[in-house]
This record gives sequence, structure tokens and C-alpha cells, in this order.
Amino acid sequence: MSEINEKLVFDKPEIIIDRATHYCPGCHHGIAHRLVGELLDEMELGGNTLMTTSIGCSVFLYNYLNVDAVEAPHGRAPAVATGVKRARPDHFVFTYQGDGDLASIGMAEIMHAANRGEKISVVFVNNTVYGMTGGQMAPTTLIGQKTTTCPNGRCETTQGSPIRMTEIIASLGGVAYAARGSLDSVKNIRTAKKHLKKAFECQTNGTGFGFVELLSGCPTNWKMTPLQANERIQNDMIPYFPLGVFKDISEDGGIC
Amino acid sequence: MSRIVVQEDRCKGCLLCTTVCPVNIIVQSDRFNVSGYKVAEVPESDAEKCTGCASCALICPDVAIKVYRTPKTKGGK
Ligand SMILES: Cc1ncc(C[n+]2csc(CCOP(=O)(O)OP(=O)(O)O)c2C)c(N)n1
Ligand code: SF4
Ligand code: SF4
Ligand code: SF4
Ligand SMILES: [Mg+2]
Repeated sequence: MSEINEKLVFDKPEIIIDRATHYCPGCHHGIAHRLVGELLDEMELGGNTLMTTSIGCSVFLYNYLNVDAVEAPHGRAPAVATGVKRARPDHFVFTYQGDGDLASIGMAEIMHAANRGEKISVVFVNNTVYGMTGGQMAPTTLIGQKTTTCPNGRCETTQGSPIRMTEIIASLGGVAYAARGSLDSVKNIRTAKKHLKKAFECQTNGTGFGFVELLSGCPTNWKMTPLQANERIQNDMIPYFPLGVFKDISEDGGIC
Repeated sequence: MSRIVVQEDRCKGCLLCTTVCPVNIIVQSDRFNVSGYKVAEVPESDAEKCTGCASCALICPDVAIKVYRTPKTKGGK
């Protein structure tokens, strides 16, 4: 019998709670959660983690990852995580934030936490829209993209151009690692996990602030099927939001 | 023979797994789960084609797929 030799080579990470999520079919929050969960398991951080969650579709993340958590007010996760990490420096502290949360209402908090070089990790899920509240324009909405608050498509003249957060974060002094990955394909998902691992290691080895942006699909608010949403990431998002590592001080010295 | 197991109560029928399978064996079944989603499956007749590559599990947003791999032996999979 072949079953005797067979090995389970892919399973739900231990730390992911066995409960169906509330996300729409094809929503990439689930992939982002799983990558974080796999790393917490592999790096044996689970029991020592204090997660800071945010406001957006991922607001119930504490129902899916079996770690201690603090729910921050909209946009304030980096400020809350600063306090959490300073009070419990022996713990692994990360924030998980959407693009409305991080790049709009929470722009001040993320900029200053990064600039101060807080020893936290930030998981930034960029789906170019306010998902939870029904698809309003975000600072990351692409030019021409239709949302409920720019029904004719985002116009650069009146609404500005989409903000490339990873490039901005990478330019700040306190930052140890900043990278952008994407969750649209098997290859990109593998690379995204490597970025997250690097960012998490910056915290565990005391190097400093780690930031990973994940280009993600929101089929519901994009009014697309999950398959079309993945094509949009390839065709429209990646050309504007290039993938890669924008800063990695572990490669060139480090801060004291 | 490698194989996958779809945990039907987690599957949302998004079909992303069907797009990445190198041997194209995952399809949408006619079964609805408790949440009303038509779940993915590998039809019995194609089951032996699975290579155990785990691409389907990697792209599944709902951690609904388990992958079992059997090392290749002479004369079979
Ligand atoms: C202070 C405050 N202002 C506004 C809101 C309403 N609100 C909830 S989620 C959200 C945007 C979420 O978008 P994003 O961070 O991109 O997360 P997504 O749902 O897309 O993952 C807004 C504006 C709120 N909850 N609190
Ligand atoms: S609205 Fe968008 S971000 Fe929110 S659960 Fe649905 S697909 Fe995901
Ligand atoms: S493990 Fe690979 S070959 Fe098997 S069903 Fe999944 S994608 Fe297809
Ligand atoms: S990717 Fe996952 S949730 Fe989507 S159809 Fe396949 S098994 Fe179901
Ligand atoms: Mg969003």
C-alpha cells in the first residue's frame, strides 16, 4: 500500500485556529495569515508573541491566530505596538494592518514608529481599497481605479497619486528591513514568506524595525472573480508597486 | 501515489487552486458545504495524477488543503 510511505507535506500551521474565516472567497488576508502562522510555528515564537491587530477586514485576526493580542484603534497599531514592545521587550511584537489603516488614518503612527526604529515587525496588507467599509478610495488606490468614493476612477489631479509605502519606509533612518511582496502566485507567495521571515528575524536578533508590504486581492470590492483579481495584481499593481527588498541593513552593517 | 485532502468546511470555492495545478486535476464539485460554497475536489478518475507539489495548498486562501506525498518508486508514483 502506497499510503504506508506517504508523508504529510502540507498542513494547517499549528497556531492557526481550525475555524473557517469570515473572509470573502479568494480574499488574500487568509494567505497573509497563514504565512505569519507558518513563521510563528517555524521560528517557535507563538507562545511569546504579542500581536497588535488593526481595524479593517482583518479586525478578527485574534480569532484565527492562537496568540495573545491587543486590538488597536484605527491606524494606531504601530503606536500601541511601541508601548507593548517597550513594556515587554522579551516578547515578539508585530502589527497587521491594511492600507486604509496604515497609509491613511495611521500614516503618522507608522512613519514615526519606523523612524524611531522600534523593534517591532509590520505586516502591511495593501489591497488598494478600504475593504471592510465597502470599497472606498485608499491612499494606495491606483489611478483610474473605480471605488465608491471615486466612482469615475481615481484622478491624479484632484486625488493625488497612489502612495508607495515601502519606498517611503525604506528611506527612514530607523528601519532595518523593508520589502514588498505579492500574494497572487505560488512563486510570489514563496518570496513573500522569505521577506516576512527576514523582517521577523530583524526583531528576534535585535536589529530593529521590519516592514513587509503584501500586494493582496480584494475580489469583492474590485468587483472581480478571485482569478481576475490575481490577474489585476500582475497586470496593474506590480508595475506600479514593484516587488523586492528596498532596505536590508543586515546586508550592510547594522545599527547599534 | 500523492494526494490532496480538501477540508470541505473551510473551502470557499474560490477556484484559485484549480489555476495552479500542474496536472490540472482540481475542479469544482457539485457539493455545497455548510456555508453554501461549492467545494473543490479531485475526481476519483484523476486522483493518481497528483504529484504532491503542494502548489494548490500554497495558493489556497483558506488553508483548506492538506497534501500527502508518496516518494516515487520504480514503476509507479
Ligand atoms: C476612527 C475610525 N475611523 C473610521 C473607521 C471606519 N473604518 C473601518 S475599517 C476602515 C478601512 C479599512 O481599510 P483597510 O485598512 O485597507 O483594511 P481592509 O479592510 O481593506 O483589509 C475604516 C475607514 C473606524 N473604524 N474608526
Ligand atoms: S471585502 Fe475584500 S478585503 Fe474584505 S474580506 Fe472581502 S475580499 Fe477580503
Ligand atoms: S498537490 Fe500539486 S499536483 Fe496535486 S492537486 Fe495540488 S497542485 Fe495538483
Ligand atoms: S483554493 Fe482553497 S478555498 Fe479556494 S477552491 Fe481551492 S480549496 Fe477551496
Ligand atoms: Mg485595504
